[in-house]
Amino acid sequence: MNNLLVADSVSKNFGKFKALNQVSIGVPKGSIFGLLGPNGAGKTTLIRIINQITMPDEGHVYLDGQSLKPEHIKDIGYLPEERGLYKSMKVGEQALYLAQLKGMSKSEAKNRLKYWFDKLEIGDWWNKKIQELSKGQAQKIQFIVTVLHRPKLLIFDEPFSGFDPINANLIKDEILKLRDEGATVIFSTHRMESVEELCDHIALLHKSNKILDGKLNDIKRNFKTNTFEVGLQSSNSESVLSEIKNSFEVLPATFKNLNDDIKLNIKINESTSPNDLLSFLTSKAEVHHFVEVIPTANDIFIQTVQNN
Amino acid sequence: MNHLPLIIKREYLTKVKNKSFIIMTFLSPLIMIALIALVSYLSQINNDKKRTISVLDETGYLIDIFESTENTTYLKLTGLNLDDAKEIVKEKEDYGLLHIGNVTSLDDVGKNIKFYSEESPSLTIISGLERKVEKRLQEIKLQKDGVSLEQIDASKTSIDIAQESFDGEKSSKIDNIIKLAFGGIAGYLLFMFIIIYGNMIMRSVIEEKTSRIIEVIISSVKPIQLMMGKIIGTSLAGVTQFAIWVILGGVMLTIVSAIFGIDMAQVNTPQQEIVNQAMSAQGSDEVQAMAENILTAINNLPIGNLVVAFIFFFIGGYLLYSSLYAAIGAAVDNETDTQQFMLPILMPLILAVYVGVFTVIEDPHGTVSTVFSFIPLTSPVVMLMRIPFGVPLWQQGLSLLLLIGTFIFAVWFAAKIYRVGILMYGKKATYKELFKWLKY
Repeated sequence: MNNLLVADSVSKNFGKFKALNQVSIGVPKGSIFGLLGPNGAGKTTLIRIINQITMPDEGHVYLDGQSLKPEHIKDIGYLPEERGLYKSMKVGEQALYLAQLKGMSKSEAKNRLKYWFDKLEIGDWWNKKIQELSKGQAQKIQFIVTVLHRPKLLIFDEPFSGFDPINANLIKDEILKLRDEGATVIFSTHRMESVEELCDHIALLHKSNKILDGKLNDIKRNFKTNTFEVGLQSSNSESVLSEIKNSFEVLPATFKNLNDDIKLNIKINESTSPNDLLSFLTSKAEVHHFVEVIPTANDIFIQTVQNN
Repeated sequence: MNHLPLIIKREYLTKVKNKSFIIMTFLSPLIMIALIALVSYLSQINNDKKRTISVLDETGYLIDIFESTENTTYLKLTGLNLDDAKEIVKEKEDYGLLHIGNVTSLDDVGKNIKFYSEESPSLTIISGLERKVEKRLQEIKLQKDGVSLEQIDASKTSIDIAQESFDGEKSSKIDNIIKLAFGGIAGYLLFMFIIIYGNMIMRSVIEEKTSRIIEVIISSVKPIQLMMGKIIGTSLAGVTQFAIWVILGGVMLTIVSAIFGIDMAQVNTPQQEIVNQAMSAQGSDEVQAMAENILTAINNLPIGNLVVAFIFFFIGGYLLYSSLYAAIGAAVDNETDTQQFMLPILMPLILAVYVGVFTVIEDPHGTVSTVFSFIPLTSPVVMLMRIPFGVPLWQQGLSLLLLIGTFIFAVWFAAKIYRVGILMYGKKATYKELFKWLKY
């Protein structure tokens, strides 16, 4: 297995409350791994354990095959959900300080900061105090500080909150670029559309347990119901409709389309191939729309959580 | 990775560069000096004010004891009755009228003396007058019994009991006063230091929580490193501030006294003058002797022990309290929530100062003083006050050992609270909650 990070049956209790129950995940190298779950599922606890902020009661975490130890701090970049900066400290000083805490030398940190400040066109902020910046501007600094020491593993907890759409896009592109350069990303969010956009793998936590994980596409494959959205045009729609209903299981459709006479969701059983359905349809009417219904991350999330 | 130096540096620089810190550093000695200058200036004005006290002595026994001085003029009235005298003094707006009523028996003179004035007269002036009259009446009575004035003078004795321990160590009353002063200053300094800079540490922990930077930092350094860095950095800033205060205060005091020509040591008030007159027996020889006594007293102090003990107990006591302050900061969300936790910290500290001031003066080696100089939360202050009086080394050692032990426990405790508390937002910490955190 080529996993950068492995958590092996990790448990954590806070007093009587069990925050994590035997949770195991494997984060493949070079992937963007979505850590999902409703509020209070234990995501932050798991992330804090990976960051060695809290220690697990049971289980082990391995980074690059080695048991997690203090030296690994410099290999991890963490952008917590609860984040902020020293308000009365200057941007440059503060970024240098935080970079040095991650084990960078001062000159190295300075060079890397220059690069990032130029890249995001914020060079003139160096001597400003954080309290003079807007929330979004401060978030940018925070992002730079997180990725500055070129960690192998990046952990982002709701990285886009507080950003306008333009800046959110900018940050999203940077995350993708970092992934392409070899970094592995753990990404925790409640915004399913960004999961859809970014994640290759996901794990779903619910009530302290892991209830689902794997490649996003595999999961989707498992969740698909062999249902197809179908849009037809026919001068004789009534009879076509009843003929379809006699042969297949038909569900109401909600998709939007241009003036189709018949809009349907048709579910076929395992033995029928999509081609069979398509040829059946073409023989009856003019097919304008034929798409397999693929469950969204949102659907999977809601469905899985509700079933548990 | 050891980030302690880096954290200390940041904490130190942030404190030192902080605007209000700089303003406080330079303004406080200015305000202090201005206050001292104001007080001495006012007392000088007071000093320049001349008072006239009219004396109407119907007995004639006492009239010649009132000799005018630079600031107090005694106006001797004769041949007037009391009502006329009162009228005159009132019109002239003099300070007051001392009336010694006519009586037949010498024994009754003392019962018939009254002081009339517009406003109620100062206590020291009245007692100064009382002492004058007492002395004179005593002399007259003794003379009546056939004792001559020379005999009375010759009978005056001043006693200063010399003290010496069984080991041959000499001491005196002045010795004790000097010891008290040294111990008191050391203890009080520690007390002030803990209050001012402990609070600063607490605020700085709270700031990290409210600005939400804590989780970012904690993902890079161990909480205990951050806490120790904070405590040490803030203490260094405190030492810097104190040093600047001492230097600046000294310099400005010199300048101010040079400009205004105020000799702080010899600020003379009329009250003092009267007291001095009353104790007229004491001459300049005695002042000289007293100065010498003070010098020998200072020389007699166990200076080496004092300095070493001061350093250890100061650092130990300060670190113990500041780790508790840090724990409080970690347990709460904002400063208003700190109240409930402040009391248990302030109580032993205030108790220590009270014990130091009241008990150590009375009996530096008594049970109460000794016991409190061993209890870790009070020992730094109380022990520092006791040491000038000579405390056996084993006692100092044991007390220090207890202090260090408690300090280590307090750091462990504080680090636990700190580690859990800094990541708790919006939860109102109670003692029960804190106890639970210890087990996380």
